[in-house]
Amino acid sequence: MTIALDIKNLQKTYRNGTIHALKGIDLQIQSGDFFALLGANGAGKSTTIGIISSLIKKTAGSVHILGYDLDTQANQAKKSLGVVPQEFNFNQFEKVEDILIHQAGYYGIAASIAREKAAFYLKALGLEAKAQTPSMRLSGGMKRRLMIARALIHQPRLLILDEPTAGVDIEVRRLMWQFLQEINQRGTTIILTTHYLEEAEQLCRNVAIIDHGEIVVHQPIKKLLQHSQRKSFILHLTAPVTKLPASSDHVLFQAMDDPDCIEVSLVKHASLNDLFRYLDQAGLKVSEIKTRRNRLEELFVDLIDQHKHTKQ
Amino acid sequence: MPLMQKEIFVSLKTIVTKEVKRFMRIWVQTLIPPAVTMVLYFIIFGNLVGNRIGEMQGITYITFIVPGLIMMSVITNAYSNVVSSFFSNKFQHSIEELLVSPTPNWVILLGFVLGGALRGLAVGTIVTVLSLFFTELQLHHLAVTIAILTLTAILFAIAGFINAIYAKSFDDITVIPNFVLTPLTYLGGVFYSIELLPEFWRYLSMLNPILYMVNTFRYGLIGFSDINVHVALGVITLFVIFLFSFALYLLNKGIGIKQ
Repeated sequence: MTIALDIKNLQKTYRNGTIHALKGIDLQIQSGDFFALLGANGAGKSTTIGIISSLIKKTAGSVHILGYDLDTQANQAKKSLGVVPQEFNFNQFEKVEDILIHQAGYYGIAASIAREKAAFYLKALGLEAKAQTPSMRLSGGMKRRLMIARALIHQPRLLILDEPTAGVDIEVRRLMWQFLQEINQRGTTIILTTHYLEEAEQLCRNVAIIDHGEIVVHQPIKKLLQHSQRKSFILHLTAPVTKLPASSDHVLFQAMDDPDCIEVSLVKHASLNDLFRYLDQAGLKVSEIKTRRNRLEELFVDLIDQHKHTKQ
Repeated sequence: MPLMQKEIFVSLKTIVTKEVKRFMRIWVQTLIPPAVTMVLYFIIFGNLVGNRIGEMQGITYITFIVPGLIMMSVITNAYSNVVSSFFSNKFQHSIEELLVSPTPNWVILLGFVLGGALRGLAVGTIVTVLSLFFTELQLHHLAVTIAILTLTAILFAIAGFINAIYAKSFDDITVIPNFVLTPLTYLGGVFYSIELLPEFWRYLSMLNPILYMVNTFRYGLIGFSDINVHVALGVITLFVIFLFSFALYLLNKGIGIKQ
């Protein structure tokens, strides 16, 4: 299997070397992967993506896209890459279709072919009715979809999306997830950064977590989740809870906004029988039990905390 | 045409077309104001004041100033098109569309420069047509006229590009046109022959590059010039090469556009 992205010892310093945004990152992403690059704000995700997309100058290291060196084979490397940035970065006065045709032109695609491609992607992303609309009149969700269409117009084999669903409603987010899964199944490698960790958990197969310019975790999401030290559940009670049961080393009870629900975290080796024993003692009756969705979020916080303590 | 060359041509054509569409879309802001301003110059300086001045170096005053005024429109419009377009691309971050693409930097530069030069030439053509309502122009030397117009439009389009690269705010894109270009143009022999100036001011004027452009263009149109036309064309060509290389260097270094 080919490697879609190969980063070696990537470093970036700002202000004459006083700020180290990236401290020698090594990262390999296989072709066909759906990969999550996670990290808190300022961790180094956007700097990494900026360097890969040739918008930020690296201080040291190398980047290969589909085997092409970004320094010496920039033409082929750039053709293999599509980028959906975090901020809207198209000309707000241009029409939607023109934005796509111009972008295709920058990749050497003639306007007649670009027009057909634009029609295809606008339809696929539910924007066909907006083709002649100036982009400034689009809603936030439509602008995000326009940026995805623009990044795909030259049919890149590697697509990087920097928080593509930020500020997008649930319906549009689901449409975008479905679309991204489809293009991934057709062979496009996708790298996703997101603050919605359930998004990464749902879509991605592998994950890297970046913190203070270093990769602290790089493994399959399933394997990572197996390392979780806690299991969390949401319990729907038959009556509103007035007083939370006392927590212990094994079980942690937390109130929720809805008084009919409580959240429970169990240490990894504790069993559900232990939990029900606690609930019986507290006199609480459970009508429904759900696994908490964003397990990755808990893990993410734990890993960042661990990394912080290791550094101290 | 080999594939690579064809792709580069498509890319260049895309940038130029986009630039031309931009200034045509806002023609009320880009094409009409210079035409109105120049008509006022023709009426006030050419007819009202010019009739009292009489002749300048044996040429009616309005015929003397028309080439300078056309050149003034070309210079300011070529410059302002590129400086405002490239800076607003930087400001809106839409320049990133080009930077992530395989379009070579020289194509990006050439595309913006040709777009700016075309606006300069479009406005120059409009002003020339309008000038014919006020005076007669007999084309003295077609090749010199075309060469100097094209070189000047390209030179100031490149200068606008360099200004846009360094600009950090919209204020920065108005400083050079207001405080450098306009004074140099007014003192560049648009309204007078430098032969009328005292010796010191005449020699000082020789340091003004716009003087050479205005006079070469005047030579092309009416056959009169204060300076050696061939030297002027050579020097301006060298300036174009130097500024293009410098702008390309800035772009390759990512100055003003990459962190």
